[in-house]
Amino acid sequence: MSFDSFSEFIAMGGHGFYVWLSYAIALVLIVINLVSPVMRRKKLFAELVRRFRRESRNP
Amino acid sequence: MAEKKQWMPRWFYQLASPRWSYEIMGKLLPWFAVTALVLLVSGIVWALAFAPQDYQQGNSFRIIYIHVPSAILAQSCYMMMAVAGAIGLIWKMKVADMVAKSCAPIGATMAILALATGAIWGKPTWGSWWVWDARLTSMLILLFLYLGVIALNSAIESEATAAQATAVLSLVGLVNIPIIKYSVEWWNTLHQPATFTLTERPAMPAEMWVPLLIMVIGFYCFFAVSLMMRTRNEIVHRERRARWVRELIEKQ
Repeated sequence: MSFDSFSEFIAMGGHGFYVWLSYAIALVLIVINLVSPVMRRKKLFAELVRRFRRESRNP
Repeated sequence: MAEKKQWMPRWFYQLASPRWSYEIMGKLLPWFAVTALVLLVSGIVWALAFAPQDYQQGNSFRIIYIHVPSAILAQSCYMMMAVAGAIGLIWKMKVADMVAKSCAPIGATMAILALATGAIWGKPTWGSWWVWDARLTSMLILLFLYLGVIALNSAIESEATAAQATAVLSLVGLVNIPIIKYSVEWWNTLHQPATFTLTERPAMPAEMWVPLLIMVIGFYCFFAVSLMMRTRNEIVHRERRARWVRELIEKQ
């Protein structure tokens, strides 16, 4: 451990704002990159299910 | 007539089959996802809590563990996009076009991440959020290239034409990659030179660079996960008239 206490860990020797902001942006961008393809897949599959159902009803 | 010579390994030709690609990516995805999760979580804990602070920069140096992997990935992703685009152009391989298209949004966010963390790191270190320096400017151009590729791809109606146009744009933009790499050597700059080189040992102690290496590999695995998910979506969308896609959907 390079910090003696939790509050020192949060403060990052006065650079806390910069360090935590960087990691927060990284987390947000990584999550966006994983969630958006999952959402797209759900939407796409729902769309195709509807289309195939429609086609099999009136061929 | 003689059998056509196969110049590339077998899997290269199998990749041309959307269905085969969809299935192999589905098998690979969980492995990459688990590896990415393990590496990123352990890398971040190590980077934030256990790596020693820099004797000059103090704790702001910990931004390196986001900045360097995202910058490396932004460039690798660009090269992958250009190579996939070229394969699509030369062999008319649809899956390669889909890979190239799927690279663009990931690369763009990684370029944004590298630029943002660079700016945040620059403030306490150089005293300025931004300088018009060769490294920073060429990285900004990389972001604009990504945005250009995305815009061009969505502006063209025909998927085949869009893929060709974006492949040409990304191949032209490839000249920017060596410019980014050598910018710190060719021009006077505030930016420090590369941390990792293939020929020399890193200048920092192992407890600093090992977590960095873990983060770089973790970012690559995350990239693989996101890229395969996007490419699979793209395959299903573009092959929606194929029988196997219909069977796949009906199985759900």
